[in-house]
Amino acid sequence: MSGHPTYQPQSAFMRWMERRLPIGGLIYSSFVVYPTPRNLNYWWTFGGILAFMLGVQIVTGVVLAMHYTPQVDFAFDSVERIMRDVNYGWLLRYLHATGASMFFLAAYIHMFRGMYYGSYKDPREVLWILGVILLLLMIITGFMGYVLPWGQMSFWAATVITNLFSAIPLVGEPIVTWLWGGYAVGNPTLNRFYSLHYLLPFVIVGVVVLHIWALHVAGQNNPTGVEPKSEEDTVAFTPYATIKDSFLLAVFCILFAWFVFYIPNFLLAPDNYIPANPAVTPTHIVPEWYYLPFYAILRAIPNKLFGVMALGASILILAFLPWLDTSKVRSARYRPLYRQFFWVFVIVCVGLGWLGGKPPEGNYVLIARIFTVYYFAFFLVILPVLGKVERTKPLPNSISESVLREGKPIGAQAPPPAGAKV
Amino acid sequence: MTTMSSAEPTRRDFLYIATASVAAFGAAATLVPLIAQMNPDASTIAAGAPIEVDLTPIADGQVIKVFWRGKPIYVNHRTKKQIEEAQNVDVAKLPDPQPDSARVKPGHDQWQVLIGICTHLGCIPIAHQGPYDGYFCPCHGSVYDTSGRIRQGPAPLNLALPPYEFLSDTKIRIG
Repeated sequence: MSGHPTYQPQSAFMRWMERRLPIGGLIYSSFVVYPTPRNLNYWWTFGGILAFMLGVQIVTGVVLAMHYTPQVDFAFDSVERIMRDVNYGWLLRYLHATGASMFFLAAYIHMFRGMYYGSYKDPREVLWILGVILLLLMIITGFMGYVLPWGQMSFWAATVITNLFSAIPLVGEPIVTWLWGGYAVGNPTLNRFYSLHYLLPFVIVGVVVLHIWALHVAGQNNPTGVEPKSEEDTVAFTPYATIKDSFLLAVFCILFAWFVFYIPNFLLAPDNYIPANPAVTPTHIVPEWYYLPFYAILRAIPNKLFGVMALGASILILAFLPWLDTSKVRSARYRPLYRQFFWVFVIVCVGLGWLGGKPPEGNYVLIARIFTVYYFAFFLVILPVLGKVERTKPLPNSISESVLREGKPIGAQAPPPAGAKV
Repeated sequence: MTTMSSAEPTRRDFLYIATASVAAFGAAATLVPLIAQMNPDASTIAAGAPIEVDLTPIADGQVIKVFWRGKPIYVNHRTKKQIEEAQNVDVAKLPDPQPDSARVKPGHDQWQVLIGICTHLGCIPIAHQGPYDGYFCPCHGSVYDTSGRIRQGPAPLNLALPPYEFLSDTKIRIG
């Protein structure tokens, strides 16, 4: 590792500052000399990408709020005015709308990475749960933002999603009226969604701070799932992780820019360019792509209450993942069976996303039911049982052994870790 | 006098509990306006007053849509064939068993008034569609018959009926 282990302010001002508010030292220890496992691959760069996307959404969102009118008679027109009249309004709105998709894309990759490498296991359970809370906040924020343009899809998305609460026995209907502030989705609903859509991103920022704090207490996981044991196993955050994060961020921005500048409406529903009409439901209503897997689970179940419960459970079950996976070995690299079930799980999630966009009839419903069963069985049956019966591969003694000597031992062979079946 | 672990509650313990109780009650009382403000306001409730609908222009077999409290209300002038279809059903076999007579006003079999909101997730069903010539919800495929009763699909209940009464043979008041 290079650099000073402790922060030594170079300027007189920073020395003055450090004795009063040691923010320079905090940044130095967290993002400069902070030790990161030397074997982190590109799947570990999505945390930084997510932080960047949160920044993009807040900056573009605050600017859009300067031109948007949260009133049912003006909301749709104000969005059109942003697109046509406001200087660079088209760019800011496309960045914000496409940015939401990119945000979810990065979040899903980030989560699949955590699942593949067992990043949720002891001592990172709280870190993982904070991530699930962030996903939930993103889902709520994204949904409320989608309502604001007050097009047909906005209106009917608001109607269908708030009606999910009507499935609750006895108190369902009063809750829905309370959410609407009226007897149907209307102006009070739009106003409160706007207020909350502005608020929640800053709640997300707060939880992100906790998420990073928890990460820096437990330290990063790595592709071997073996904790760093010596200085040889780690490198300094700057320049190593900073450069790696920056490079993939640049690549990610190319994809982002391609959507924004070439196919900005590819991910948006054409029906949302029709002003909201409470008298007519669009013939084929679907949510944004990033909600489709959950939507498919909702529709796969032919009972309203159980469908809504399955939808909620499909997200909440993630919070229990650290305890449902009983294996002591973290990384899928050393879990040959888990690796196969994991990739089937990925295919099932993508498949549910595809099915969520199809009409709920015939074979689509049948496949959606099979996939829904696998989705829950993966968490409730496969993971608990697999940890008990799987023969895992031997773990390397250390990170540096696995990357520097191609897995050959450095020095004497250590006994396998507890719980690993050799 | 102080004791390290007295089993007897002291006056200070009482003060702690009393203070915490007042604070907890105050916090709960503060929640009341914060939660209540989200319910429909006075103007929204006032705008939900009853409406009157003249039935004379509605032709045989025609369905009209009026709005009451922001909800679409279907007024269906049913044909003889539709009435017979609605009445000749084995009620016990329905998902939400209800005879047609319970869904219309006595002596006004041809007039069917219902809230046009799918009981699944709140979409607007399309009239005169689906295998029962009743209503079909395009969102998740629920099918209702000419009496507005659920026959197929994920919706759990029949289409709801608004409160309404006949002022004369050709006029109703909804609400």
